[in-house]
Amino acid sequence: MSSKALKPPAHINTSPMYSFQLRRMGLTALVTLFASTILVAFLMPFAYMTLTSLKNRDQIVNSTRGTVLPVDTVTFDYEGETLDILNVPFEDGMRQLAILQRQRRSSTFIDPTNPSADPVVWEGSWRTLDPVRELSPRWDNYRTAWQEIGFPRLLFNTAFIAFVGLIGTLLSCISVAYAFARFPLPLKNVMFMVLIATIILPRQVMLVPTFAFFSYIGWTNTWLPLIVPHFFANAYNVFLLRQYFLQLPRELDEAAMIDGAGPFKILTSVIVPQSWPVIISVALFHLVFAWNDYFEPLIYTLGNPKLQPLAVGIQQFNFLYGAEPHLIQATALLGLIIPVLLFFFAQGVFMKGVVVTGVDK
Amino acid sequence: MFDAFRGRQQKEPVSSLAREQQIWGWIFLSPWIIGFLAFTVIPLVASVVFSFLDFQLNKPDEITFAGWKNYRLLFTDPLVRDSLVVTFKFAAISLPIGMILPIALASLMNNKYLAGKRFFRTLFYMPFIVPVVSAVFIWRGMLSTQTGWINRILGLVGIPGPDWLNSQVWIYPALVIIGIWGIGNAFLITLAGMQGVPTAYYEAAKVDGANPFRRFWSITLPLISPVIFFNLILSVIGLMRYFEVPFIFNGGNGNPGGATMFFNIHFYKTTFVFFDMGYGSALAWLLFVITMILTLILFGTAKYWVYYAGAKNE
Repeated sequence: MSSKALKPPAHINTSPMYSFQLRRMGLTALVTLFASTILVAFLMPFAYMTLTSLKNRDQIVNSTRGTVLPVDTVTFDYEGETLDILNVPFEDGMRQLAILQRQRRSSTFIDPTNPSADPVVWEGSWRTLDPVRELSPRWDNYRTAWQEIGFPRLLFNTAFIAFVGLIGTLLSCISVAYAFARFPLPLKNVMFMVLIATIILPRQVMLVPTFAFFSYIGWTNTWLPLIVPHFFANAYNVFLLRQYFLQLPRELDEAAMIDGAGPFKILTSVIVPQSWPVIISVALFHLVFAWNDYFEPLIYTLGNPKLQPLAVGIQQFNFLYGAEPHLIQATALLGLIIPVLLFFFAQGVFMKGVVVTGVDK
Repeated sequence: MFDAFRGRQQKEPVSSLAREQQIWGWIFLSPWIIGFLAFTVIPLVASVVFSFLDFQLNKPDEITFAGWKNYRLLFTDPLVRDSLVVTFKFAAISLPIGMILPIALASLMNNKYLAGKRFFRTLFYMPFIVPVVSAVFIWRGMLSTQTGWINRILGLVGIPGPDWLNSQVWIYPALVIIGIWGIGNAFLITLAGMQGVPTAYYEAAKVDGANPFRRFWSITLPLISPVIFFNLILSVIGLMRYFEVPFIFNGGNGNPGGATMFFNIHFYKTTFVFFDMGYGSALAWLLFVITMILTLILFGTAKYWVYYAGAKNE
């Protein structure tokens, strides 16, 4: 085509290297922009939650007409009357005036910055004028939500269940993973396969007799069914820990053994000190799991609302008491804030752990 | 206390040490052995027994043998059929999307031109951490026809949004969208799988003139097939035990018009609201058998499409 005729000016570098870089930069911008668009869509619900949680009832009504931010119309008190302030266009620019008399063809306004001056008359229909709005987030929605769901008690319940369970899962899973990683046991591989197979067993089948049993010994409506089972190991965590223990050099165990350390001492002073990364990752998994767990807390604490953790408490509050949109979103935020902060605090460790369970299996 | 252990070790060097080690091994393994018996084996057996009983938990003195009654009820209870239809209908919509999207997203994150990979990876993963209760209430708002943003955005591009939450048809896409929000885990595992593919393969294919689509189809997909298989198994199991999202939505009332009466909601009500342990066990076994059949079929197909490099057998 005409490209031959178009000679580039001398100051533009047309060497192959340069155009390659340009192409690369263009592609980077394109791909990154595309990913950003998807990310914005992905994170939009968080914005919706936050903005809705800061609105009051009127602002929520306005949001059905398209107002996104928690804004209020601005008013002005004039001789005992509350007047709306509108944006009024004049030839020399927009002025913000309080409307005194609304009439079809022309309206009378007061200048809020100078109320003693004569009223201003503006020709035109006041209905075409936009009200002046200002950002007015209702932070006290959080206080209301906090009080109405009884946040401190729910938080304590959740944290207690999560942390005692954490101790249980760490003690038991480290012990079991150590057994699988280091000791010569008959049928060890078969037992390990059985352990992993329990992941795919539908838990409903075990749930009915377990529930009946816990109910029989009087454990329903206590925290025991939510805590005690964690002291007996679980497949995911044992798998993760065993993978890690297996790759630790045995020479250190043997050296400790020659120095007279028994198996328990080897675990506490050789294996565990080398395994903090995986132990922390297991601990984080457990905390997030316990924090977000819904089903078992639901069935075991249904009869005693005082014992409910956050997940159950928030659902019951929003569902049973028909909370309003802003309170629902405020409780949703209260529910997710701690796991999300925990995740951002330790996301590297967390995501590495996910990858190990997923890829090695 | 370990002095005794050491002393014996010196007297009978080999066999005694091995025995000693084995005993310690059993001790360390014991939490799992006890837990496996107490929370898996015994309940499994008890559940079989329960399913042949008339057993109301709130009437513990009136337990009687019921024979096959509970199992016969599975075939006559209309809720069993309806709730299975609901469960499979949702699974049929949700599974393909839940399998394809993590791969698509991981491919994007693995694109060599993407800047700020770590930033994107963390934020795409993050909704997975959000408690399901919060996620459901956030999405109930997002999808609301009144204050929701989804229909507002659809409106901006001229599409009239449906009444997601009150339509027997649109409730399924709504539930799928909530599910998509939590693909972080599957996405991250898939991404790790893709990063494990040796770059030499791609270079060799490029030399042979394979286009990007061909490289993805013939190199990436086969090499990440174990990860896809893992995600597939977990997804199927997850769909068969699908409960929390619809339950939090409406407290298990099945609205709109029974469209969210999933099998596990029926199971939950039977067992934990009406305390019918006998029929509850039969329902659980029905689900168990269905899940096991599906899992076995998938494992059976694995040898045709799942590619294991080397001797990985676990």
